[in-house]
Amino acid sequence: MTSAPSAFRDRILPVLTVILAILVIWHVFVVYLNAPFVRDQAARANEEMTFAQVVERTFAQERPILPAPHQIVAELWDTTINKAVTSKRSLVYHAWITLSATLAGFAMGTVLGIVLAIAIVHNRAMDKSLMPWVIASQTIPILAIAPMIIVVLNSIGISGLMPKALISTYLSFFPIVVGMVKGLRSPDMLLLDLMHTYNASQSQTFWKLRWPASMPYLFTSLKVAIAISLVGAIVGELPTGAVAGLGARLLSGSYYGQTIQIWAALFMAAGLAALLVSIVGMAHTRVLARMGVKP
Amino acid sequence: MNGFLVFALLFWLGAWGLNQWLVAQRPKDPTTRRAIGLAVPLIFGITLLVIWECVVRGFEIPSILLPAPSLIWARIVTSTHILWADFQQTFLKSVITGYVAGCGLGFLVAILIDRSPFLQKGLLPIGNFVSALPVVGIAPIMVMWFGFDWQSKVAVVVIMTFFPMLVNTVQGLASASHMERDLMHTYAASWWQTLVRLRLPAAWPFIFNALKINSTLALIGAIVAEFFGTPIVGMGFRISTEVGRSNVDMVWAEIAVAALAGSVFYGLVALAERRVTFWHPSVRGGRA
Repeated sequence: MTSAPSAFRDRILPVLTVILAILVIWHVFVVYLNAPFVRDQAARANEEMTFAQVVERTFAQERPILPAPHQIVAELWDTTINKAVTSKRSLVYHAWITLSATLAGFAMGTVLGIVLAIAIVHNRAMDKSLMPWVIASQTIPILAIAPMIIVVLNSIGISGLMPKALISTYLSFFPIVVGMVKGLRSPDMLLLDLMHTYNASQSQTFWKLRWPASMPYLFTSLKVAIAISLVGAIVGELPTGAVAGLGARLLSGSYYGQTIQIWAALFMAAGLAALLVSIVGMAHTRVLARMGVKP
Repeated sequence: MNGFLVFALLFWLGAWGLNQWLVAQRPKDPTTRRAIGLAVPLIFGITLLVIWECVVRGFEIPSILLPAPSLIWARIVTSTHILWADFQQTFLKSVITGYVAGCGLGFLVAILIDRSPFLQKGLLPIGNFVSALPVVGIAPIMVMWFGFDWQSKVAVVVIMTFFPMLVNTVQGLASASHMERDLMHTYAASWWQTLVRLRLPAAWPFIFNALKINSTLALIGAIVAEFFGTPIVGMGFRISTEVGRSNVDMVWAEIAVAALAGSVFYGLVALAERRVTFWHPSVRGGRA
């Protein structure tokens, strides 16, 4: 009954169908949400409009409630390809500002997370006392206090990339600590005993057994961490009226009612997130393949 | 070196030594063991507060940069009515409503698409993709659509919590093994019976995982959404305006409330998890 699995039928087709359905629903909503404004305008100008005309105009509004996909694509095209990358109107420029803060925060978060995890695994007192507070630290909505961190750091002379990167660090170290603690503890008791019978030192056990064993956990955490690093960098741009970065684009779009600008920035951020996660995913497969792990 | 810093150092060393000693103890009595398990992180937390207080006083850091815990506490005590109003607006209205609606919707959709493998294959990758996206970015759009009051924050929270719930529930529903499903089949159990008796119980650990993730996401979403416009009440509003007016102690008071609310919320979900999934290995081992 079951035929050979095909990547197209089992993976691509369902996803394409769902995307198509989303696009159809989207267009319906574009008409539904934007029509009142179009009708209003027509009534004011004493125009009689057929339904087809209404639909046509809902797709081409300047400040729609919900822009049509083609408008967003046009805006993206206009602000990425048609503008010089150094221009303040180029989305590439803004994306780069956000990306640099993301990457800096991600790198610091990874180092901090790994160091904390190593300390927690090797010291019982650290495990007992630090771990609950690492978890509690995440219930503090850092995104909520991001404005304060930025303002405070600004007042002592730290501004620009660093405050945003610190917010990203705070968000990204947590999944890495949790994943690495689990990963460093994942070697079997038997293997640990074997290392013991070899009279391996603690550092030898670490480098030859625990560290390699933790790699799958590390990369899974890294995927989560890089995505939320981006969120941290974007939110870090919201307060203090930052003028550059994707978050600043969202904010200025919100102030001036430029819906298309907001959606374009949103899609840029989404694309960036997808790109970053897939890069980490590729590194994951690469490293595990080098280590001889069969997928 | 002044007195405060010396005291902080001594206190830290003392607390560290005490913790080292405490974790080395292996009492037979379970109550003592539990007391030690509680005391160790508590001592660590108190140490942090003491060091914070002493560093602020020792280096004479101006309170506009970092207020001492005692100042923050004084502010909390004197402005409980403001904190309570903000808490009501942000937590009770936006977070709770959005959390219940978002999680409920994710759960229902997961059960609906459970019968269609085609939809599952299509929706899951997209759901996973969407949950990796910076969803807080939709906050300005939601504020435009639903107005400045708490309704727009609910919309943001619903969107943020929907996908983790959907993805986890679908995965959980698929986690009952074939043997168990075949057994239900031999009992001539209907689809509903199989769902309620077998597959939902098997899915609980996954569902609670989503509930825990969402408990912090919901709070973050609601507070961030308030940056894009809000009536003159709410935790996000208070934080952004008091920063502008340089009342950093008020901001920290608000943070303390948010942290407390978030921890209690998380704790309640974790407690419910222990009750519902008492059979799961991670709970039986006492490490939920």
